[in-house]
Amino acid sequence: MTVRWQNIGGKLPRLPRWWTPAHTAAAVALLVVALGILPVLKMSLVVNGVFLGGIIALGAIGLSLVFGILNFANVAHGDYMITGAYVAFFFIDSFLPLLGIEGQGLGPFTFGYPLLIALPFGALAGAVAAIALDSLIYRRLRLRGANAAVLAMTSLGLAIAIRGLAQIIWGTQVLSYPRESRQVFHLPLDVRIPPDSLFIAVVAIILVVSVYLLLTRTRMGKAMRATADNPDLALVTGINTQRVIWATWAIGGGLAAIAGVLLAVSQAQLLPIMGWKFLIPLFAAVVLGGIGNPYGALVGAFIIGVTMEVSTQWINPSYKPAVAFAIMIVMLLARPRGLFGGSGPG
Amino acid sequence: MDSPGGILALLEADGVVAGYGETDILHGVSVTVDDGEIVTIIGPNGCGKSTLMKTIAGLVKVRSGRVRFRGEDISGAPPERVVGKGLCYVPQAANIFASLSIRENLEMGAFLRKDDYRGRINDMFGLFPDLAQAPGRKAHTLSGGQRQMLAIARALMLDPALLLLDEPSAGLSPAMLDMVFERIAGINATGVAMLLVEHNAREALGMSSRGYVLAGGENRLEDTGPELLANPEISRLYLGGR
Ligand SMILES: Nc1ncnc2c1ncn2[C@@H]1O[C@H](COP(=O)(O)OP(=O)(O)OP(=O)(O)O)[C@@H](O)[C@H]1O
Ligand SMILES: [Mg+2]
Repeated sequence: MTVRWQNIGGKLPRLPRWWTPAHTAAAVALLVVALGILPVLKMSLVVNGVFLGGIIALGAIGLSLVFGILNFANVAHGDYMITGAYVAFFFIDSFLPLLGIEGQGLGPFTFGYPLLIALPFGALAGAVAAIALDSLIYRRLRLRGANAAVLAMTSLGLAIAIRGLAQIIWGTQVLSYPRESRQVFHLPLDVRIPPDSLFIAVVAIILVVSVYLLLTRTRMGKAMRATADNPDLALVTGINTQRVIWATWAIGGGLAAIAGVLLAVSQAQLLPIMGWKFLIPLFAAVVLGGIGNPYGALVGAFIIGVTMEVSTQWINPSYKPAVAFAIMIVMLLARPRGLFGGSGPG
Repeated sequence: MDSPGGILALLEADGVVAGYGETDILHGVSVTVDDGEIVTIIGPNGCGKSTLMKTIAGLVKVRSGRVRFRGEDISGAPPERVVGKGLCYVPQAANIFASLSIRENLEMGAFLRKDDYRGRINDMFGLFPDLAQAPGRKAHTLSGGQRQMLAIARALMLDPALLLLDEPSAGLSPAMLDMVFERIAGINATGVAMLLVEHNAREALGMSSRGYVLAGGENRLEDTGPELLANPEISRLYLGGR
């Protein structure tokens, strides 16, 4: 028995049928061990992991939605992220100053208010790029009956092309949004939070709630779920599935672009390779949550984010992606349908 | 075959050739349905009944021949255009959105409607009271019979002039089967014409004005419902008689 995402928000799932007293004992033992580790854990890392999880979630939800509708893994998703980040950089660095809008501190945040203006334009760029690439490339391949492997390889090519383009335009050196402030909030338990993290959390929460409302309350959102569920039936029901695909790309590309801006804010740097590197946590979250299941991806994102950050307590931070990769591999071997089951019925 | 009396048929498939990949499955099939009629197609497994339905609905491309609906050529029209003209289709398998709720399935059925369709949803709940009990229930939790009702209700949301039903009674218990056929007759009584594919040929032909026998992707026989039921060869091959 798998716990399906359809249960989320509904009745709590009952214990699975295979659950025995031995499982209860193991769970209690795990809990005791966890309670033992907890005081050793640096709460700061846990908290940072939650914020990182928010960024991963924005990318992973879009990746999962696209997978649900088109049935292929978009390897260029990380590069849709840097598209947004660099377009936002262009606005902050070049375009807005032309209009006389220059950086000024914004409360405790490192960035000035131009970032708030640049963020929606970055999102728009991500959405438009995703739709344009679908119209120019993926749609044609679909019409020729290309399979998932061909589409995934194409997205690999696109990933390299987008990164190359970013390198040509902005160079390979480390850029950063202007940093106006360097405050840190001190909380109990030695938790220090950069104010930016709170901004990231608020943006992530607003977007996740919006996507949830879109999927469950709007005509287009329901049509997206219907198309992911049963594409042929969607067609004969009168749903314009090409429009649904574009809407999905717009959401996926837009969320990825915003995730890219937030990543650049939180890491205080911007590099063309950043999106590619972020792909592993994204895929790990998607696999953990069940491929094609956006709610699962959300939960997976926080698990991956926290695990990656907490792991730095014992291992070199540069191995963080390896931690995400390890979780993904273990998950694929042990439970390929993820914690919450993948897309589709059954 | 021309429609009886020479009046313009509601649906007219004429010499339809269609298939998958390199293979043709239908080798020139012709079927007509007149306004308000129930027409049943029977034939052995794999003879192309479902393929014919998919081709009429626009899911499978017409390679040769013609499909006309209300006199208009719809061969080659994409599925969403066909549906918009009032020709709705209930596939043989996977005919509901399993992860959507009952209500959402019906809302999707009304996707092309620009008007307020809540009244229509209530009509469907009246027609299929089972669906009204918990409209928020996910469709994958429904029983076989309830799924079939939901599938038909979804297709009725657009108020179609013609309903294509591919084996609506497949896998149902005898009691459920009677219920589904009763509903089909009821829907037909409101003026909806039906093109039915059925393995329960006796029940289906019993309420049909005409029927076709398909074999190997070709028309084998066409007659009135009662004549086909009385035909000894049909009886032996498809009705389980001797
Ligand atoms: N999507 C598909 N791709 C390739 N071949 C297919 C496809 N669907 C059906 N076929 C083949 O086309 C032939 C006709 O299938 P079809 O489903 O139309 O038969 P049917 O008369 O509806 O049979 P049944 O009574 O079992 O429903 C079969 O040989 C089948 O294997
Ligand atoms: Mg069939």
